[in-house]
Amino acid sequence: MTRIASSARTVLAVSLLVAFAFVLIGPLLNLALWSVAERWYTPFKLPVTYGTRYWEQVFRPTGDAMASLGTSIWIAVLTVVFALALSIPAGYALARLKLPMRALFMLMFLLPQAFPSVAIYINVARIFYQIGINGTVFAVVLVHAAHGLVFSVWIAAAAFAAVDRDLELAARNMGASPLRAFFTVTLPLAAPGIIASGIFVFLESLDEFTGTFFVGVPQVTTLPLLLYNAAMGGNYQVASITALILLVPSVLFMLFIERFLRADVLAKVGA
Amino acid sequence: MSLSQRHLALILIAPGLMLVAALFLYPLCFSLISAFSGPDGSFTLQWFAKAFELYSTDIVFTVVIVLASCALTALAAIVIAGTLTLGENPYIVGTLKALYRWPLFIPFIVAAQCMRTFLAKNGLMNNTFVSLGLMEPLQAVSFLDWRGIIATFVWKQTPFVALLLAGALASIDRATLEAGRNLGASRMRVLIELALPQVMPTLLVALVLSFVTMLSVLSVPMMVSGSQPTMLTVDMAFRINAYGDYATANALGVITYLISAGAAILYLKRGMSQEAPR
Repeated sequence: MTRIASSARTVLAVSLLVAFAFVLIGPLLNLALWSVAERWYTPFKLPVTYGTRYWEQVFRPTGDAMASLGTSIWIAVLTVVFALALSIPAGYALARLKLPMRALFMLMFLLPQAFPSVAIYINVARIFYQIGINGTVFAVVLVHAAHGLVFSVWIAAAAFAAVDRDLELAARNMGASPLRAFFTVTLPLAAPGIIASGIFVFLESLDEFTGTFFVGVPQVTTLPLLLYNAAMGGNYQVASITALILLVPSVLFMLFIERFLRADVLAKVGA
Repeated sequence: MSLSQRHLALILIAPGLMLVAALFLYPLCFSLISAFSGPDGSFTLQWFAKAFELYSTDIVFTVVIVLASCALTALAAIVIAGTLTLGENPYIVGTLKALYRWPLFIPFIVAAQCMRTFLAKNGLMNNTFVSLGLMEPLQAVSFLDWRGIIATFVWKQTPFVALLLAGALASIDRATLEAGRNLGASRMRVLIELALPQVMPTLLVALVLSFVTMLSVLSVPMMVSGSQPTMLTVDMAFRINAYGDYATANALGVITYLISAGAAILYLKRGMSQEAPR
């Protein structure tokens, strides 16, 4: 009797798992199908003709998509450089130095994430328009960096806090200047965490839509904006291929995040 | 020494703070001033009157959508994290663990595009149901309205909440849970009565963050549901792009701040109480 009950439970659990997998994978599968569907219309349940025509169109060197991909990566790289230049000193100060009102400063970096951002971005766009930098790569980089700063500062602070203080003291005792101790001991030891935060900022920038939508238009077209324009224009193939391009780094990061962010660093994030 | 160290610390942190001040605090003040001042610069509530007159349905719609999405996300995350922690069949736990995190870092705009195709009248979901004989072709309806928005939000946010929750569940004392099991409590009861109360703070923080995130997303309501009523983010973008009407858009913005304020206060309180023992 218990055996029947337990196998009935297993069957139930397996069917729930299958339903869950369908809900989870189905949307992604639909996206992949659209990317190789040259013709697909009702009442056909699967594409009528398959082909790579739209892939060729997207990856044509002169096409919009390659230009957008280039813009996106260029903006993301600049954002990472800019965010790290601000967050390495800030993270060190938060982790190692006596800082008055430390909790308040930690919160300051969180605030841009804790407010509904659309209302902020429309005013950023207005201010940028007044000073004449709306629609430039520089403006988009500024917005992306402010948005990603909470991750880079908090993770950098956690990475510095996880570095053993005695190692710095040993370097100082052997006559290294504070600056030298920082660059030869502290920074290299904190580097994995800081690289992880850089990857985080890179992805955030690559995926960012709302800020670019208000600040970057009409001159700056990143991949998410291209995806939006293609989707709203009814070109499901180009939209799906663009979405797949954006998916690759996200999924890779999801699979490898635990290698970048060690548990001892992760435990200190936000502390 | 200690004074100079303080100065050094402030100098090191200043550039980052200045960026946040310039690109968050200043625009925030700008939006508040714009929402509350009339054409002649005096204090007025006329933009709020206009916002309520035009968009009261959308305000209610936004709150209901976000709350419903949070509730469903919480439920799904509890089921997933609970199964991961208390599940006894290693194959099921392993498969679930490998599967559930996939949407974690997928951008909202990609999730929106996925759902636009999946939930459409002739999308993969309806087609699969028809092929399996669960549904007649004529019964197929499009889910690209409020249901689509909720489905996209839950699909995208559940892995995040489940990940934090599973982490918290893994770190609580196993002995209590084992004791509960040994005394004959079902796994469901152990989860609800013993495990969940201990990880409530984590669940709450994850849900508050999801709440604010959902309030900020523009791409999902724009792409998944083209129809009225819609969410406030879309209304704000519309007021700006169609009319250049910053005052009403900012009034709507202040309303979204107020909606998220309740949630944010909970979060900040929790952040402060964690900071306190340092």
